[in-house]
Amino acid sequence: MSNALPLAAPARPRRRGPLAAFLRHPGAVIGLVILALVVAAALLAPVLYPTSPWRMVQRPFVPPFTLERVPLGTDALGRDIAAGLMHGAGVSLIVGLVSTLAALLIGVPLGALAGYLGGRVDDALMRFTELFQTVPSFALAIVLVAILQPSLSSMILAIALVSWPPVTRLVRGEVLSLRSREYVQAAIVTGQTTFTILRREVLPNTLSPIVVLASLMVATAILLESSLSFLGLGDPNRMSWGFMVGAGRTVIRQAWWITAFPGLVILLTVLALNLIGEGLNDALNPRLSRER
Amino acid sequence: MLGFVARRIAKGIVVLLAIVVLNFFLIRLAPGDPALVMAGEAGAGDEAFIAQLREKFALDQPLPSQLGAYLRSIAGLDLGYSVRQQMPVATLIGERLPATLLLTGSAFVVSLSLGVLLGSLAARRAGTLADTTITGLALLFYATPLFWVSLMAIILFSVRLEWLPSFGFETVGAGYTGLARALDIAHHLVLPALTLGLFFMAVYVRMTRSSMLEVSRLDFVKTARAKGLTEGVIQRRHILRNALLPVVTLAGLQAGTLVGGAVLTETVFAWPGIGRLMYEALLQRDYNLLLGVFVVSSAMVLVFNLVTDVVYRAVDPRIEVA
Amino acid sequence: MDADTQRVAVAVRNLSLALPEGGDRANAVDGVSFDLVAGEILCLVGESGSGKSMCAHALMGLLPKAVRPVSGTIRLGETDLLAQDDAAWRDTRGRRIAMVFQEPMTALNPLMRIGDQMAEVFEAHGQLTPKERRARAVALAGEVGLPNPEQIVRSYPHQLSGGQRQRAMIAMALALEPAVLVADEPTTALDVTTQAQILKLIRDLQRRRNMAVLFITHDFGVVAEIADRVLVLRHGKVVEEGPASAVLGRPQAPYTRTLLSAVPTMDPPTRPPLSGPKAVEVVGLQKTYVTGGGLWRAKRRTAAARDVAFALHRGETLGLVGESGSGKSSVARLVMRLIEPDSGRVRLGDTDLTGLKGEALRQARSRIQMVFQDPFASLNPRRSVGRIIADGPVAHGVPLSEAMERARRLLGLVGLDEKALERFPHEFSGGQRQRIGIARALALEPEVLVADEAVSALDVSVQAQVLALLEDLKARLGLSMLFITHDLRVAAQICDRIAVMRQGEIVELKTASALFANPEHPYTRALLDAVPGRVRQAA
Repeated sequence: MSNALPLAAPARPRRRGPLAAFLRHPGAVIGLVILALVVAAALLAPVLYPTSPWRMVQRPFVPPFTLERVPLGTDALGRDIAAGLMHGAGVSLIVGLVSTLAALLIGVPLGALAGYLGGRVDDALMRFTELFQTVPSFALAIVLVAILQPSLSSMILAIALVSWPPVTRLVRGEVLSLRSREYVQAAIVTGQTTFTILRREVLPNTLSPIVVLASLMVATAILLESSLSFLGLGDPNRMSWGFMVGAGRTVIRQAWWITAFPGLVILLTVLALNLIGEGLNDALNPRLSRER
Repeated sequence: MLGFVARRIAKGIVVLLAIVVLNFFLIRLAPGDPALVMAGEAGAGDEAFIAQLREKFALDQPLPSQLGAYLRSIAGLDLGYSVRQQMPVATLIGERLPATLLLTGSAFVVSLSLGVLLGSLAARRAGTLADTTITGLALLFYATPLFWVSLMAIILFSVRLEWLPSFGFETVGAGYTGLARALDIAHHLVLPALTLGLFFMAVYVRMTRSSMLEVSRLDFVKTARAKGLTEGVIQRRHILRNALLPVVTLAGLQAGTLVGGAVLTETVFAWPGIGRLMYEALLQRDYNLLLGVFVVSSAMVLVFNLVTDVVYRAVDPRIEVA
Repeated sequence: MDADTQRVAVAVRNLSLALPEGGDRANAVDGVSFDLVAGEILCLVGESGSGKSMCAHALMGLLPKAVRPVSGTIRLGETDLLAQDDAAWRDTRGRRIAMVFQEPMTALNPLMRIGDQMAEVFEAHGQLTPKERRARAVALAGEVGLPNPEQIVRSYPHQLSGGQRQRAMIAMALALEPAVLVADEPTTALDVTTQAQILKLIRDLQRRRNMAVLFITHDFGVVAEIADRVLVLRHGKVVEEGPASAVLGRPQAPYTRTLLSAVPTMDPPTRPPLSGPKAVEVVGLQKTYVTGGGLWRAKRRTAAARDVAFALHRGETLGLVGESGSGKSSVARLVMRLIEPDSGRVRLGDTDLTGLKGEALRQARSRIQMVFQDPFASLNPRRSVGRIIADGPVAHGVPLSEAMERARRLLGLVGLDEKALERFPHEFSGGQRQRIGIARALALEPEVLVADEAVSALDVSVQAQVLALLEDLKARLGLSMLFITHDLRVAAQICDRIAVMRQGEIVELKTASALFANPEHPYTRALLDAVPGRVRQAA
């Protein structure tokens, strides 16, 4: 066996880079553009509308596209709708991102522990997760925010507390299947430490489904945030899209635009995040998205 | 099968117990005296009532006996008293529960059947215009805020077109009875049920489509083709039936979201169910009522889960019947 | 000759099937011609990627969407199958040509009763009443030798064994008495004793019904067992064709000769007896898996190891053979301490491996290393080959640069170019990956190598190379080897002694030559008798 075999042509054509795959997805690019606009709105709000979005700037019920100073019209109290939308962007993004990060902080360790340790620990952790998954999440979020008193942080806490179970289940499943994979067994056999195995062999291979799930969770968190604000559970000091829809609800017959615009903005933002999530899924988990 | 149902019910009771315990700690999470929290803002002035609460829930005793007292009262179906509404919480919820069951039940049936129908259509025509349209709409509905689409539906169908009523359970003071009343309620039900079901329909469309495409790659589909079966039979009998299993699982998992979503729908449409009751409790800071609704809606989810589990077991022979 | 043309059921002429652009070649199948004759079995043999399965699917009109026929005809009687429309295809499938697939575990609909799946064939062609279909299903189940036909037609697939499912598949294929049966590796997924039964069944049915059979296989043992005529495919082209006795006995094409010489024989080469010091000693190993269980539910117990005991001498290769579920892989993992035994000891030289824990265990692991079965699952897709090999030594304190240097040398040793160091696993073929896996195991300079079905996933020519490599390395590095396999031919070639396992128990353990010459346990005998191609070879 002295003859070195020539390296055969790759068994499969080499995958194109994930970034290229992501950018080939038209929906993902649209999503990215919308999200960039929302981020820009959040950053520019204090510059373009330095005064409080709660301030009355015009007479009430100015229809949209009639006055240049208030392009999207005013609400029942004469507040500028455009200013409200721009200031609301920040709240939605902060709540969406921070609560998702918090949910990952709860969900990933619990899932990794349950999957890697197995046995009784797994049993106990999964029962606990199941409990949180059974509880009607929106109702629990309402109760939590109501009891902790409405504020940005109580909202983030409540959303994180109701959205971690899917993370735990995903991470557990991935770790469970990776743990029995032969290359992980090979790492055990070659005497690598448990920590090294988790860090080097297991976690990098669970990363892409977590990233995909996280992007979808931000979208869900923004929907939850706007629903809570709609019910009047938002931070009373911050303008938010959900609150604007809720405030316009009673006058919907006279002034459709007060509810229509903020709702449309929520829709677009959530849609953008979902599109990005799908693009990421296609780019990072090519096996799962063959049917596209 | 009976053993299985018994086992699932037992498990459900354990979960419910855990939720009640969670509830107990939630009350203590609220700032201030638990008795005052339970009484809500309205009861704040009523010293005698507060004292009565304190005694009933052993609030001056250590935590474990407090928990015991709380569990005992819940086990007796006593969810406490709403000072605001001057009625026991259990009675209030009992009055409102049928409306919510009707709403969530219809939304569930409509979203599941429409979702599966459209999803399988999209899968069968994968890559065509029909598929693109259906998946595009599903993506859109999946991102639409529930409360907002309800309001927009009111503008379109009630205000502009005047086709459907925008609020309430039935026409107040019309005095309908029998079939006429049923039709009137159904008329009122259309908008709330459809808007509540829209998001879930999107979920089921996506799941059915991807599940069917997944199943259509499996070996037994090739076997079916090799028999000379027609495409329709292959799709229905072999692909769809297998593809529905994960959809049923998902439907069970979504039950919680559906019941939670009812709060928004009932609020917008003034539908007299427990979701609307929750909103009222929220406005009045009536914590006892709020938590009561929370426990009951959790129980509802458990029932939904039980039903989907039984359905799953009935359609999948691989799960052994104990 | 005229009589022969009368009996031709299917005539394939100059068939070419195009692969989608960007593949490793333009055509999956390139200008292939053959006849299927009534009462004859034609074996289509080739390694993976030879296009043999594509030929079978072309006959059924079940080619993947991306693969298109670009030239040729497939004549069934008067009709050219390639020219017919969907409705005509549906009429042909099941009625005139039927097919049996490779994987009986997945080829049946899990939600439908076996009988209903059989009856469906009649329904598809509008034959019989529902009641008659049911009766025919029972009769068919009986004909293919399924036990309790009345009861089995009411079962679901998961309640049947692999062999029974394949019988059910065959029953479905035979339902409408087609003139042609296409069998695509129908026994590859089965255990050797079950394989022998299924081969016999196909042989018997084909004779009784005078069918023409196209039998796809990669296994020359199976060919010897069942073929009347043989056609050897390579890269989509016909390399050799002829009567089975001629192709197997006097192969003309060099490729056929290479393939045939790569098939291990059943005569173990004579090996000097070994009785040196023990490298590994296993005593009273017990392991039972308990599944299910919980509130109100019964537990199920499966014995993976029952009082397993053996010794592996220094420089020896000990084979552990058995069918699926015999516990042979569990024993390998117990020896490696990848799973914990319920009781028993594993001694590595003078160290008691079962007694070690934590850091001491981690250190001791370098002395015994493992080569895994699946060349695609055993390498981390996100690490370079160099790091995969060097990780082990680094974990044991070797500086990275030195470990990489060692990886470079090892690549040469296992016959790979050192450029492989920088590359990632997906750039290699199965055989090359297995060489990387061997290099990884050797990087720790172990005393003992445990090879778990290390050549089972490989084509026969690659398998022969990897076996030769293992044998060579063992001799050069003075290794001892525990070799787990389901394949008796492979065991005969490489093992000094062989232990036969069944249901967690070693039923017989002796030198390879003694085991093949004089099997004592009835199960060993059954196993040896079932090896395909044995009779023909002996003759």
